[in-house]
Amino acid sequence: MNFHPNEVQRRARIAMLVIQGVVLVLVLAFFRAQIVQHARFALAAEDNRLRQIPLPAARAVIYDRRGEIIAENVPGYSISVLARSERVIRELMERIGTLSPVTPEQVGSAIRRYRTDPSRPTVLFTDAPPALVAMLEERRVAFPELIVQSAPKRFYPDGPVVSALVGYTGEVNDRELADSTFVDYKPGQLIGKDGIERQYESQLRGREGTRFIEVDARGRIVRPVARTDQLPSSPEPLRTNIDLDLQRFVASIFGDSLIGGVVVMEPTTGAVLALHSAPTFDPNRFTGGIPKSYWELLQSDPRRPLYNKAIKGTYPPGSIWKLATAIIAMEQGLVDIDDRMPVACRGGYQFGTRFFGCWDPKGHGNPTLAQAIEHSCDTYFYQLGLKIGLQRLITGGLALGSRTRSGIDLPAESRPLFPTDPARAYYDKRFGPQGWTNAVTLNLSIGQGENSQTVVSMARFYTALATDGMAARPEVVRRSPERERLFSLEPRQMRALQTALTSVVGTGTAAASRIQGITVAGKTGTAQNAQSREQYHAWFVGYAPAEAPQLVVAVMLEFGGHGSRAARIATRIMEHYLKGAVVAMPEMAGE
Amino acid sequence: MRLPADWPLTVTAALLTVFGVAMVYSAGQTDVPTFVVGLWRTQLLWVIVGLVFGYGVSRLSVRLVDAVTVPIYVVSLVVLAALLVVGQGAGTAASTKSWLAIGGVRLGQPSELAKIAVVLMLARVLSASRAAPSSLRELVPSALVVGVPWLLIMAQPDLGTGIVFVGIYFAMLFWAGASWPLLVMAASPALSLILAFSTGIWGGWFLLLLAMLAWVRPPRWEGVGLVVANLVMGVLAPLLWGRLDPYQQRRILVFLDPSADPRASGYHVIQSQVAIGSGGFFGKGFTLGSQKRLAFLPEQETDFIFPVVAEELGFLGVLVALALFTFLLHRTIRVAGRATSPFASLVAFGLTAAWFTHIAVNIGMTVGVLPVTGIPLPFFSYGGSFMLMSWLSVGLLVSISEEGRGRAGGLVV
Repeated sequence: MNFHPNEVQRRARIAMLVIQGVVLVLVLAFFRAQIVQHARFALAAEDNRLRQIPLPAARAVIYDRRGEIIAENVPGYSISVLARSERVIRELMERIGTLSPVTPEQVGSAIRRYRTDPSRPTVLFTDAPPALVAMLEERRVAFPELIVQSAPKRFYPDGPVVSALVGYTGEVNDRELADSTFVDYKPGQLIGKDGIERQYESQLRGREGTRFIEVDARGRIVRPVARTDQLPSSPEPLRTNIDLDLQRFVASIFGDSLIGGVVVMEPTTGAVLALHSAPTFDPNRFTGGIPKSYWELLQSDPRRPLYNKAIKGTYPPGSIWKLATAIIAMEQGLVDIDDRMPVACRGGYQFGTRFFGCWDPKGHGNPTLAQAIEHSCDTYFYQLGLKIGLQRLITGGLALGSRTRSGIDLPAESRPLFPTDPARAYYDKRFGPQGWTNAVTLNLSIGQGENSQTVVSMARFYTALATDGMAARPEVVRRSPERERLFSLEPRQMRALQTALTSVVGTGTAAASRIQGITVAGKTGTAQNAQSREQYHAWFVGYAPAEAPQLVVAVMLEFGGHGSRAARIATRIMEHYLKGAVVAMPEMAGE
Repeated sequence: MRLPADWPLTVTAALLTVFGVAMVYSAGQTDVPTFVVGLWRTQLLWVIVGLVFGYGVSRLSVRLVDAVTVPIYVVSLVVLAALLVVGQGAGTAASTKSWLAIGGVRLGQPSELAKIAVVLMLARVLSASRAAPSSLRELVPSALVVGVPWLLIMAQPDLGTGIVFVGIYFAMLFWAGASWPLLVMAASPALSLILAFSTGIWGGWFLLLLAMLAWVRPPRWEGVGLVVANLVMGVLAPLLWGRLDPYQQRRILVFLDPSADPRASGYHVIQSQVAIGSGGFFGKGFTLGSQKRLAFLPEQETDFIFPVVAEELGFLGVLVALALFTFLLHRTIRVAGRATSPFASLVAFGLTAAWFTHIAVNIGMTVGVLPVTGIPLPFFSYGGSFMLMSWLSVGLLVSISEEGRGRAGGLVV
């Protein structure tokens, strides 16, 4: 034990040095954290306490041509939570589940949303029923972390009437989130899934707002922050060419029993006045997540309500395509409107060893081209097809747009099926070099065989027939009209063809569909199909008034029987439009 | 009547106490009120208790203290041993058995008072021999004085207090005049264990140790024993450790230090640094720290109270607090240097060492230069026994200072 004063002094000095050294290290450490890295930590502190709560924006309203509402927004509620872990969400859903039923699917999608973006408030219920909202608000103390906010939800006043046209909205899914087109989408947000909602997504989508709130370490909301909210904004309304009144009428004709598709267009502008696919579905039920039962019902329905029969379904056109054969032949100068074929129709045509029947076994005698169109004489067109020849028939068909999408501004339009050029290569590839004969020409010439058209593509073709050979691109939303020349005939020939089409409804195959006071032109089609030998697809494509066409109507009834049935529907649509409704379009602001 | 007091020492301790209670008050000012909101009143009560007992102790002569050292030490050991059976967990030490409770009323954490008992007993043992310990064999009695309560405390388990005991022990050996090589040799097995995480570093350290042994030439068996102990710690321990499953390793770590759960402690350190760093130079203002208000700071009224100082009063507040602490410690070293007896001198230095270890480890942990260990900050952290211990220390130091008054120690301070 050495306590000599000098020794003690030495040790005391060392001890003080140690203390000073340690304090210096601490001072430097605090200097580093508080002065050098202050900005970084200040930011971290801010991040710690501020959370951004997205404020959902309403989608743009969709109007018809007269300003009637096709799609709008009504108040709804979403419930979300700022969760730190999946466990928090599970526990929360479990607690909510004790008050009101929560399905495993709801828990699953909440977890999925959390995983995709944990930093964002996780949406637990996209469209919470008012009863649940009321119940949770009453027990606010027990659920301090819940964010209940108004979330505008999509509403289609006419529901099923507009489903084929407008489509529906739904929560953005994983595949869409991974798609670079939708790069700024967040889980839980709405996106157009089909129809106008999908096609014009970028114009319909609102800009989400942001609310800043301050939270504590447990994610409980302490207070809103003074920082001003960025309010959500919704875009300008989308104006369409649709005539909602006509659309309703079309839907009412189809009712629940008929299956098929309808496209109604203006022949010169291409404006789509109505577009319908039957049976329909209710797009309102897709809002806030489709109930499983409803989804299964739609999926299991053999009539495929979700399958758009106006733009997605392709069907053999049958006799309505005979006009294409006629035009090809006339353009080539092979035949004129009053020319007859060598073999008269006695109910069919003998081609080699095979007999090709005419639809009317009684036969049509020896008609001119005009009469053959009027009565849809197959025998005439078999011979006309042979006269044109397979290669020219296909080149001509392609020129008339038989393998071209109409270009309608709706998503996922199918391309019509039709042989490619050169014809021989196409058929060799399809059936093998020895697998086919010139009989394919006979089938093609009456709109059968390797030919399958959409309703909208046939409507477009007939806009050319109704006018001067120029086809108009179908426009659901007003764009600048675009017309394309499909064929050129002398005005005399054009008028003759149109006269023939008029007599179809006057005295021909659709004579039963005449309307008092309006001359209708058009062509019926009764198309054989691969699905059923007995039930034919019934077609009618036509326009009215014949002397100054205001609308082209294409009607296809799946397994609907004879084309005259479709004709009856088409002429009723024409009658309603031309006689009943106000045709004039009011001037819209800003145009 | 002249109050016997080392005024600079007492006033500094009082300033730190006022500062500390104010920070406990601020720690309770959160947006979502918790039980912490009223703790400053309780703390104030304990300050009064501490002042009363501190004053009482300051009036005792050092000789009387020397006389009652052995009974105090024995009673401490008995209480610590009893704690292992009847101890309870509470507060920040919820998972340990550090609390003494009678009839359901928690009386306090005896380990705080055991610190003083150990300082007294060590001073007695070390001052008993004329010469400073010069070999490991001579360290055995003093090592036992610290080792027995240390084991009892580590069994609670309470790593923080355990570290303080180690700090006290080595500081007092140094003050008693033990040579540097002896201190290094005594610490070498523990150092080997710590350095064993890297074979290279441990190898270098082991060579240094061998060189030092060759230079110092300790008694043969001591040298052999040291080499063996270092080999065991440096080679076998890591091998055994490596054979354990991660969850077993974690369990041992958590056993050694309940707050060592990696995720939790990582969170603590990050939030603590965010609070400190966001304070800047002037701070966010008293009671206005956002991290504290929103409860991002863990244990903000006890182990992590210093980040509240840093967040609300800024670098300036930190400098003031550190300056007060530094002055206090200088003053107590001066007391130790002027003491009239080796016993008194050793007691004063031991108490200084206890405070210093608390301050360095606690503040170092909050700012991220030391690992997280559950250890409170003197005069600041909420806790009755700890406040009592601090003011008993002040009383003892005042008493020693009073006896050394006017003595020309020839010290630097």
